[in-house]
Amino acid sequence: MSFWVDPYRFLLEWLRNLLIGWGLPADWAQVVLFFVGAFALGTAALLLVVFLIWLERKVVGRIQDRLGPNRVGPWGIFQTIADIGKIFTKEFITPVGVDWLLYNLAPVLSVGAVLMLWAVIPLTMTLYGVNLNVAVLYIIAVGELGEMAVILAGWGSNNKYAVLAAFRAVAQLISYEVPLIVTLLLPVMFAGSMGLNDIVQAQSVWFIFLAPVTALIFFIVSIAEVGRAPFDLVEAESELVSGFNIEYSGLKFGFFFVADFLHAFTIALLFATLFLGGWRGPGAIQYPVLGFVYLMIKTSVVYFIVILLRASLPRFRIDQMMNLNWKLLTPLSMTMLVLTALLDKLLPSSPLFVRIVGMVVMNVLVLLILNQILKLVENRRPRPVVAPVVRPVARPPQISSVQNGSGTSS
Amino acid sequence: MLADWLYIGIFLIISLFLPSVALIVAGILGPKKPNPVKNSTYECGVETFGESLTQFKVQYYLYALVFLVFDVEAIFLYPWAVAYQVQTVFYVVEAIIFVLILLFALWYAWRKGALEWV
Repeated sequence: MSFWVDPYRFLLEWLRNLLIGWGLPADWAQVVLFFVGAFALGTAALLLVVFLIWLERKVVGRIQDRLGPNRVGPWGIFQTIADIGKIFTKEFITPVGVDWLLYNLAPVLSVGAVLMLWAVIPLTMTLYGVNLNVAVLYIIAVGELGEMAVILAGWGSNNKYAVLAAFRAVAQLISYEVPLIVTLLLPVMFAGSMGLNDIVQAQSVWFIFLAPVTALIFFIVSIAEVGRAPFDLVEAESELVSGFNIEYSGLKFGFFFVADFLHAFTIALLFATLFLGGWRGPGAIQYPVLGFVYLMIKTSVVYFIVILLRASLPRFRIDQMMNLNWKLLTPLSMTMLVLTALLDKLLPSSPLFVRIVGMVVMNVLVLLILNQILKLVENRRPRPVVAPVVRPVARPPQISSVQNGSGTSS
Repeated sequence: MLADWLYIGIFLIISLFLPSVALIVAGILGPKKPNPVKNSTYECGVETFGESLTQFKVQYYLYALVFLVFDVEAIFLYPWAVAYQVQTVFYVVEAIIFVLILLFALWYAWRKGALEWV
């Protein structure tokens, strides 16, 4: 096995042999390798955030007809590093009456919960933390840990706005968990396994072609889970000062945003893994390095769409957002689950072409029917009357005063 | 199998350890000049008054209850989804009936007004 074909396995075997050569038992060598692997993966993910923040500022700047960061380094690429230097030397302002443990645990947990997702995502055929046999359930569980961080931050801060914002944020996040759980069922169903590497290996046809509507729902829901625009009510700048992170300062505040950026990239990675075939591509099995390139291309496309949505869409109102989730996405995702499960059993599986066309036709039909239903509902919705009413106006009685004035002068 | 969970455990420790270290380093590097005004709770520029852990709407509980129904449902549906490829149509129809019961529950909550943001 050459270094260039699969550098990860190459380094792993080299390190394992080195450790065993030093006289370490094989089991302990494995544990040390786990530590090294986890440390490398976690550090790489955190360092990636430096690049992601620069990328997002640059892209959003261009969309808003600005230059974006362009002073520190070529194209401003070291801007984030300068920002990190600044934020590390900021004072931690801890307000009186905070619950010390919860207050300090929240930012750590919010970054940690996103990092933990990386343990199960396969980056190439051979490079993955672990191909867990319940990886999808693990993703859901760890995702809900991030909501724990939000409520800890709000509750521990000893601030009215923080508590209110935390309740609202958690109401949003747990509501959007429901369609997320249901949509994640479909890749598991097609692949017959919950391991993410098994799901990727089962995608001889990308699952987005078998379940386009479900993929779309997953995309929308995962953006809401991250709390990005147009679903960034978690921050609630316009009504609750700053949201649950109001009492945080310095790096503790920064960590909520590190978690936000990393989470946005991670959901793009998850989307690419679950629906776009992950590391699959021509030659990815013989040369696992290529798989990483394919995965990064797919992820970048999805991540770019996430940034574009953030830059171009206005923010939802909270009641609109809850209605969208409970009254549209949840019933729709469950309907898609039922229809897909039924159709996949009824369609003959031997010619792959028939299966794909059948699924796509069914999805398009569902979208058309949904469009008609939404039109009907929209027409029946009672609207507030905005007809002009005659209101008393505080206007100076001009004509009479002029008459009076002229009267007194004459 | 057990090694998988060992890795998850190690990764869990590392992913909490890395941010903690960064926070500790930042705490050492940053200045420490607290004063009572700076440390007071933020309250839109006025003096803080009353309990900070305010009352909240019962609506949040309703959302949480509806969420709980669907969250528990996941435990039943995931094993079915893993075994989907080897099932006959009969088992698929059974699971569909289960999903329809859930949809009925959602419809009931909807009609009762549990899903209205007030």
